[in-house]
Amino acid sequence: MPDTILVIVEQRENKLNRVSWETITAGQAITAATGWTLEAAVVGASASSIAAEVAAKKVAKVYAVESPKLEPYTPDAFAEALKQLLAAKQPKLVLMPHTYQVRDFVPKLATAMGRTVISDCIGFKHENGKLVFTRQMFQGKLAADVSFTSDAPWFATFQNGAFRGDKAEAGAGAAPVETVNVEIADGVVRNKPQEVFKEAKQAVDLTQAEIIVSVGRGIKEQKNIEIAKQLADALGGDLAASRPICDSGWLPMDRQIGSSGQTVAPKLYLALGISGAIQHIVGMKGSRTIIAVNKDSEAPIFEIADYAIVGNLFDIVPPLIEEVKKAKAGG
Amino acid sequence: MKQVPQKDAPLKLNESAAWIREDVSYEVNEPDAYALEEALRQKEKHTGEVVVITSGPARSQQVLREALAKGADRAIHLEDNAFVGLDAFNTAKAFAAAIKDEKFDLIFTGLQSDDYGYAQTGVILAELLGWPHATIIMQIEKNDTGIRVKRELEAGFFQFVDMPLPAVLTIQSGINKLRYATLIGIKQAKNKPLRKVTLAEVQSAIGENLQKIERLYVPQKTKKTEHIEGSPSEIAKKLVDKLRNELRVI
Repeated sequence: MPDTILVIVEQRENKLNRVSWETITAGQAITAATGWTLEAAVVGASASSIAAEVAAKKVAKVYAVESPKLEPYTPDAFAEALKQLLAAKQPKLVLMPHTYQVRDFVPKLATAMGRTVISDCIGFKHENGKLVFTRQMFQGKLAADVSFTSDAPWFATFQNGAFRGDKAEAGAGAAPVETVNVEIADGVVRNKPQEVFKEAKQAVDLTQAEIIVSVGRGIKEQKNIEIAKQLADALGGDLAASRPICDSGWLPMDRQIGSSGQTVAPKLYLALGISGAIQHIVGMKGSRTIIAVNKDSEAPIFEIADYAIVGNLFDIVPPLIEEVKKAKAGG
Repeated sequence: MKQVPQKDAPLKLNESAAWIREDVSYEVNEPDAYALEEALRQKEKHTGEVVVITSGPARSQQVLREALAKGADRAIHLEDNAFVGLDAFNTAKAFAAAIKDEKFDLIFTGLQSDDYGYAQTGVILAELLGWPHATIIMQIEKNDTGIRVKRELEAGFFQFVDMPLPAVLTIQSGINKLRYATLIGIKQAKNKPLRKVTLAEVQSAIGENLQKIERLYVPQKTKKTEHIEGSPSEIAKKLVDKLRNELRVI
């Protein structure tokens, strides 16, 4: 029997998290390279409807892993349910999206099985029969190819955007769905989660913005935010920031771009003094044009910038504001 | 807590291309600074003791000294260069072995490190200790049965979770406002206890790494980047020309 890759898709409140399609695409790509079989699993109180949705893709089988104890989500119940599934099905490789939920339970699951997770991967290579996973290190300044040295199951999670979800191949027909009922004993689940909620309605919706001027640590002091605001105003755009700026309270949290803030795709994203940590990049790499100003020529933001300006933003922004104003006034 | 290369430190690969050259400036991993701050605040609210722990070579003692200066009561240093190369599983095992005689109610870690970025060590430690955990925490309140924590979810969502003690929490940056060490704090830190743990003392608890960095490298650029150079006013003119004539956004 060939080795099996199992993709665990993510559901929230009975809806498939779309990032799961990216993991299916990743699984299909590894299958193509290795000749292994691809299967998928959905975990939840009522996983069947999502399992049917996943079964339309090119996968050999989908498991609907169910127990009333899986709702609401807890790391204890998810780790226990998956431990039972993996013990029964024995996949070689288990793939998941690197979501906050997966980060919450997968290290526990792997540890309970004496295994490891190569987390937040951006790709894979199959070299001379050996599977290695590429991940970013040092906030994206370097990359590493990482291999497993333990026995299966191997666990890997993929960064949001590492694969294209819309490239997930459909199957010739619906794959079979197998319901796996797991027993989760009383006392296993120790945390009591309350309702999920959103903080006071977000005042600023940056997702529709066409031009965004975004500031990072390079702005140095709260009072300096003003020049970025002037530039945004001159351009007719919105002001945004990377997480540290909002953490410091220099701009409200609803102006934060990145994995814990908003994901944007404007026509123009002007990054001022943003180094480009992975958590920021995932929130803005879909922008049509990225201009980055940073004094550090090795800042990872330049990896994804269309236009790079290596220099001090305090030298560059004031004349830029004047030039923009002039251009606009000149019609 | 962990010591990591400074955010804007230029990194060079070492000769084996498996790690970076060590001659860079280091700082405390940012989320860990918030984890320490939260521990100090919880102590100020509920009394108790704050213990800080790190693993790494002699240089990483600096992280502990700073924490003691900010108000931590004592420190534990797993001191050996070999700790830098451990995977998250073995790092957590080493910590678990080093604290086996301690009686903590709460363990805080930063949610991830700026060097490896595994985002795993805290959760693994919880599992090794048999404790419950919660990740990406933005608020902690004591209640009758244990604690109520606020978890950050994605896309602006949050969730409160009630959980018993002892527990492990991974702390999100921005949960609080960091304090600075005071002069008197720095002075007092010199007399606070710092226990060193050698590799030999925890060696039996750790095994071979379960994952291996085959190679480390500078990522290949996939995007064509045009550099705009000149004096600030020349750069401004060139950029506005692009904005106007190529991108057509003004």
